[in-house]
Amino acid sequence: MSDAPSPSSTRYPAGGEAFPHKDLTGISELAPWQILYLLDEAEQWVELNRRATKHVDALAGLTIINAFFENSTRTLLSFEIAGKRLGADVVNMHAAQSSVKKGETLIDTAATLNAMQVDAIVIRHASSGAVRLIADKVDCPVLNAGDGRHEHPTQALLDALTMRYWMRSRGFEEFNGLKVAICGDILHSRVARSNVLLLTALGAEVRVCAPPALMPAAMEQMRVTPFVNFDEAIDGADVVMMLRLQNERMSGPFIPSAREYRYLYGLTKERLKRAAPHALVMHPGPMNRGVEIDSDVADMPEIDGMLRSAITRQVEMGVAIRMACLDVLTRRARGVAGWEPNA
Amino acid sequence: MRPFAPLTITGGRLLTGSGEAQSGAIRCEGDRIVAVGDIAASDGDRTLDAKGKLVMPGIIDLGVFEIDKPAFHFGGITRAALMPDQNPPLDYPARVRFAASFGKPDFWVHPVAAATRGLEGNELPELGLMREAGARAVSSGRKWIGDSGVMLRVLQYAAMLGLPFIAHAEDAGLSGGSVATDGETATRLGLASAPAEAEALAVARDIALAEMAGAHLHIRQVTTAAALDLVRAAKARGARVTCGVTPAHFMLSDIAVNGFLTFARLSPPLRAESDRQAVRAALADGTIDVIASGHDPRGPEDKRLPFADAAPGMAGAETLLPLTLGLVRDGVIDMPRMVDLLCVNPAKILGVPAGRLEAGLEADIAVIDPDRPWIVDSDRMQAQAGNTPFDKQPVQGRTIALFKGGLELKP
Repeated sequence: MSDAPSPSSTRYPAGGEAFPHKDLTGISELAPWQILYLLDEAEQWVELNRRATKHVDALAGLTIINAFFENSTRTLLSFEIAGKRLGADVVNMHAAQSSVKKGETLIDTAATLNAMQVDAIVIRHASSGAVRLIADKVDCPVLNAGDGRHEHPTQALLDALTMRYWMRSRGFEEFNGLKVAICGDILHSRVARSNVLLLTALGAEVRVCAPPALMPAAMEQMRVTPFVNFDEAIDGADVVMMLRLQNERMSGPFIPSAREYRYLYGLTKERLKRAAPHALVMHPGPMNRGVEIDSDVADMPEIDGMLRSAITRQVEMGVAIRMACLDVLTRRARGVAGWEPNA
Repeated sequence: MRPFAPLTITGGRLLTGSGEAQSGAIRCEGDRIVAVGDIAASDGDRTLDAKGKLVMPGIIDLGVFEIDKPAFHFGGITRAALMPDQNPPLDYPARVRFAASFGKPDFWVHPVAAATRGLEGNELPELGLMREAGARAVSSGRKWIGDSGVMLRVLQYAAMLGLPFIAHAEDAGLSGGSVATDGETATRLGLASAPAEAEALAVARDIALAEMAGAHLHIRQVTTAAALDLVRAAKARGARVTCGVTPAHFMLSDIAVNGFLTFARLSPPLRAESDRQAVRAALADGTIDVIASGHDPRGPEDKRLPFADAAPGMAGAETLLPLTLGLVRDGVIDMPRMVDLLCVNPAKILGVPAGRLEAGLEADIAVIDPDRPWIVDSDRMQAQAGNTPFDKQPVQGRTIALFKGGLELKP
């Protein structure tokens, strides 16, 4: 399937020129058209995933390791399903942060994986920059499944894909001028950083909103508008993206309590009225229902085929995006026509 | 020690530590300088023709974390103040005595005593006995003493002993857990960061306490405009405050961290470009008294890690002189001021009779070619480890001959 000319083949440079990267470690490394290329590539997998038989052999014989140095259920599962639907042999490595302490161990782990002749490594790690560190040491493609507070590129891509389908249902397709409000713990969020980079690269108007203690310095230099007042941040927004508030940050130095957080920053049905009519609600999950988002907002049904809450749709798009990334990044190793190494 | 013949260095341009460079010769007998100026070699002297190069005092490096002789000698450094952050810390007289002696004869270590036991910021160690054992200053090391009451008592005690206090200025409440300065770079990279004001807060408190205690406060690194203003004001009202900086903070700003380069992970962290410019201005106007290397060689086990997990610090001994000479070339400072920053002022702060070319002092002499070009290469350094943020950077200035107490060393 992936060997056939993709629908996007005329809009991008030929062959490997369309995606000249060995790894996917961050949105910051991608040109806007490379982002669009991955979104376009993912659409075939959205279709495949909606069929009864969801399997191709594109990556048959390839070994993919999901090396998760930080706990994850959803992202790990999504990458595992993506790899298996493409026909690859997928191995999950749960390296708890306690056993793989630090030091050479991380580099040694990378060297070990490299020596096993794997064809792609998907990494999640608690330290910003850890994935880049490993990517530079191994020969095969490395995909960042989240590194510290730095980036979570596949999450931003799946969010963009979700938004683009929703935009089409409303009769437009361009991110230009789309008003997106990202709200919650911006400081500790790699999802926020990757989304900011991706959405601003595609021309969206991005607002970020957090209590002062959870807002990073110099956000305005990332071409976004920072807000501390939630109502102002979502005023007229087309998309409201809520972030998860980590349990350990709910009480103490950052936030007095969960209920106070909900009072100031929780997305309620009443508050959502300030956003644009039919605004799309998103959340990367897992949600704290009744804290950052109320259940009646999270569970809003579709109206006339138009999404209101995209939360489960995001999960669906996640598998397709990860299939696209695994497919594109392994094309050189697989010798897909036009993608020969060093071509 | 084996006796050796008197030494005369001729044909050099002497930077003696007072005034402009002038032509002349310098003669040493035993470990001492005996004459400086318009003199000639005597029969039987070893002679060295400096061929018009600079002859200056050996550099006194105020604040290093490792005694790394090959790197120091390469850099023209003949003495260093060793920070107390050793394993175990320099908080016990016998350790100070050992540190004070182990570099001799070809390198002199001036130990800096830990201000509190184990550098933990609570109890006073035997500072008087450590002074007796050779300690030349007292310091909280890499840390800031958070408890103002403890800090005041340490400063009073140091003042009573006539020892300067060498401070690290970062308010721990603001900077705790951070690895970068608040700003676009830290935000883009997702690094835990602290506001630059953490430095000014610490400097303000430490100056206030030092003035109360009548102590001499030396802030080892002042790296922000706001903190430099505080030092400037304190000096203007006559407070006994001095401060230093390392080349990293006048050469680099926080964008050097991009790509998660752990060799640029320093403490205090690299700052905004405006702060870098403020450091250069403070070097020019005399607010900053000392340039030191902060030499802290760190191998891959400390540096080949995710940025936040890597240890801070850089191997700076070899690049101290050429990067300081760069300030001269840029017109920020002149040659005599360079000698003040590298030699005269560190000696004054530590209270050691050194740092000048003057009859009667130890013959610690560096012959420098200020223009000789070379390229910094982290894979081929003299230091124990090559963790320099200046890797592959072309620089100018090299030590071509070095003497410690008249003993000729291989630079």
